[in-house]
Amino acid sequence: MIVKTEQELAESVKAAPGPLHIRGGGTRDIGNPVDGNVLSTAGLNGVTLYEPGALTIVAQAGTPVADIETALDAENQRLAFEPMDHRRLLGSSGTPTIGGIVATNASGPRRISVGACRDHLLGVRFVDGSGTIIKNGGRVMKNVTGYDLVKLMAGSYGTLGVLSEVSLKVLPKPETETTLVLHDLTLRDSVTAMSAALGSPFEVTGAAFVNGLAHIRIEGFEASVAYRAGKLRDLLAKFGEITQTEDAASAAMWRDIRDVKCFADHGAVTRVSIKPSAAPEFAESLGQTRGADLAMDWGGGLMWFAVTETEEATHKALQDMSAGKGGHATLIKGSASMRADAPVFQPENPTVTALSQGLRAKFDPRGILNAGLMG
Amino acid sequence: MEMPTPNQNVLSRKSQIVERLQSVLPIGAVIHTESEVRAYECDALTAYKCPPLCAVLPASTEEVAAVLKLCHEMGVPVVPRGSGTSLAGGALPTADCVILGVARLNGVLETNYEDRYIRVQSGRTNLSVTGAVEEMDFFYAPDPSSQLACAIAGNVAMNSGGAHCLKYGVTTNNLMGVKMVLMDGTITEIGGENLDAAGLDLLGLICGSEGQLGVVTEATLRILRKPEGARPVLMAFNDNEVAGACVADIIKAGVLPVAIEFMDRLCIETTENYAKAGYPDCNALLIVEVEGAPEEIDEQLALIKDIARKHDPVELREAQDEEEAARIWLGRKSAFGAIGQISDYMCLDGTIPVSSLPMVLRRIGELSDEFGLKVGNVFHAGDGNMHPLICYDANKPGDLELCEAMGAEILKLCVDAGGCLTGEHGVGIEKRDLMTHQYAQQDLDIQMAVKDVFDPEWLLNPAKVFPLDSSASRRMAAE
Repeated sequence: MIVKTEQELAESVKAAPGPLHIRGGGTRDIGNPVDGNVLSTAGLNGVTLYEPGALTIVAQAGTPVADIETALDAENQRLAFEPMDHRRLLGSSGTPTIGGIVATNASGPRRISVGACRDHLLGVRFVDGSGTIIKNGGRVMKNVTGYDLVKLMAGSYGTLGVLSEVSLKVLPKPETETTLVLHDLTLRDSVTAMSAALGSPFEVTGAAFVNGLAHIRIEGFEASVAYRAGKLRDLLAKFGEITQTEDAASAAMWRDIRDVKCFADHGAVTRVSIKPSAAPEFAESLGQTRGADLAMDWGGGLMWFAVTETEEATHKALQDMSAGKGGHATLIKGSASMRADAPVFQPENPTVTALSQGLRAKFDPRGILNAGLMG
Repeated sequence: MEMPTPNQNVLSRKSQIVERLQSVLPIGAVIHTESEVRAYECDALTAYKCPPLCAVLPASTEEVAAVLKLCHEMGVPVVPRGSGTSLAGGALPTADCVILGVARLNGVLETNYEDRYIRVQSGRTNLSVTGAVEEMDFFYAPDPSSQLACAIAGNVAMNSGGAHCLKYGVTTNNLMGVKMVLMDGTITEIGGENLDAAGLDLLGLICGSEGQLGVVTEATLRILRKPEGARPVLMAFNDNEVAGACVADIIKAGVLPVAIEFMDRLCIETTENYAKAGYPDCNALLIVEVEGAPEEIDEQLALIKDIARKHDPVELREAQDEEEAARIWLGRKSAFGAIGQISDYMCLDGTIPVSSLPMVLRRIGELSDEFGLKVGNVFHAGDGNMHPLICYDANKPGDLELCEAMGAEILKLCVDAGGCLTGEHGVGIEKRDLMTHQYAQQDLDIQMAVKDVFDPEWLLNPAKVFPLDSSASRRMAAE
């Protein structure tokens, strides 16, 4: 079922006799498998308002991300949180929608400097599990009028409501970018180097460790980028050889990092969020004992593990280790049976679980919206 | 301002409640005499006052938990309080409540420069968080004007921001985790030391919930390395509309200043008489500040000045040194005090899309004529957060009411222009009854359903945020 208006969406949810599987473009099949009739928001299509001078765009949930990026591009602006396109990693097809991005809080390498999708989300309209149309937030950057359900909706994977419209803060596109590539680093040294770069005043907007190379990105006006690149090279000289990749080549490099292209051929991939200083020990112990492949983003704060043996057990081990380090692990890629058996999302403490279940019961009293997707 | 009738059953048990609170807290942590509790009868919204039943000053998360557990058992409402700087009456007591002040929870628990966070107790003041990390050249970004006094607990409750949030965001964008206590005394942690939390974004929900979902006792905050330098430029225009267009053009050009501040003629003249910052004679003034290395600042300011020149400015003045930079900011920072010298005033906090700036300022001018009250406008123009200052005479009968009525009209105007009732001060009691102008009943119902989950008896910070008639059935069911 594809709905074309918010009203239709509300009526469809209200009239639904049983569970619904909410989808945008269907490119992010993440989470525990969901039963139910597919309800697609892909028909809710179109940018409703774009004010470049106010750095705001409002779009219906099913609007293709590509359309939004084209509109922004014409005004030299962009979605600064650099949303990951999951198609390359998951091998999925279809058209990513802006609602899908918000529902999964899909954020890329620039999360370390400008924040996640949720930090750019200004307002939402959605339909709750009883078919009621609800709005929260708005289209201005500062808003403390009532509870911030906007954040709650971001990353809730359609389990609290079905998004019909989102309003986002956008930012200017920089004139240019450059990436410093540090060679021959140990994993431990790479985290040290990335932390040094991120703790410098030179406004690093990307810090990732992929294929044994550490990547440090800076963006902005040309002269400023050249100045900061020079400063960073001095700062990082002690870590060994540094090469530099400019402009379009740098952008392509970060698209690959963003989409975790390096693990496109792996059958199962787990994403671990942790504080960067804890990453080396975490990775080393696992690497030594289980041989999992690893890529790091967010200065070491985000680790991607390609699981190559006894996949479910490895994923669970990652969750156990994450719990011990104050982080969390999510199975992003895995077969349906693996996702049905494993806790895809990190098990939470009992109080948080009770609060989350309490919220779901209020937002979706019949438990019909992507039921069980988040466990 | 209408408040619910105090619960007689609670009032009549005052001595018993005080005794039980004393049994779980150290000596001196329970304040209950009539003269002492008066210190807590209001926050910075001093127009409304009500002494609480008593006040408690716990010094640890466990003590906070003990207080809440006890109040939960006895059915006593609790009003959490940071430093009491709320401008919206967010910490206004009710006669039957226990004020829970977090001022004694003021320690730094951990600083971590490698992972770029600091963990503090929630009673610590905003500015002293930066104070704890500035020797390493780091800072905590959200900078509400009250940052010298306001507590992180209140910042989290109100999702506070400041002049520099155009670049750095507000509290919610810089908060990584909290330790909090639910009304029933359960201690829990939400979020942590990593950048994104697992599961539903409860942290985002807690931030800005005005102390109604739990009492935050510890916060993990993102810290950032200080930029190499910063420099402001002052731009004077003869027309509000032109100044507004200039702001939009700067943003569209791809420069992202850290602050863009706007002042109108009344504010410019009044602050000039008071602070003597050397502001030019003009109708609209912008202060634009950029950051970075000296060369970067030069480049950005050159671009900004080029844009400004196309709008025919009366004057463009770039700070040449620290002293001149301080003078440019002096007037802006003195604006509230300056207006206070000539009149009593009410400071509003509405937010609008920047594109509506000329229309909203024009309409505020008309309302000013209609109500016969002067209005000065100070404005975070980069993010659309307006602070109209309505002047009135507190000694003139009826003037406060007139001022409130005009304030309500301006806030409704903000909502109608596509903005919202409050950008950084919060709803509290001040804007509670205007909520229905921004939200439909079903929008408020789902927000209230969130409170049902965290605080089913509606004991935490009662009578704030939601119009009393909207929340009446819930509050009564809980009694």
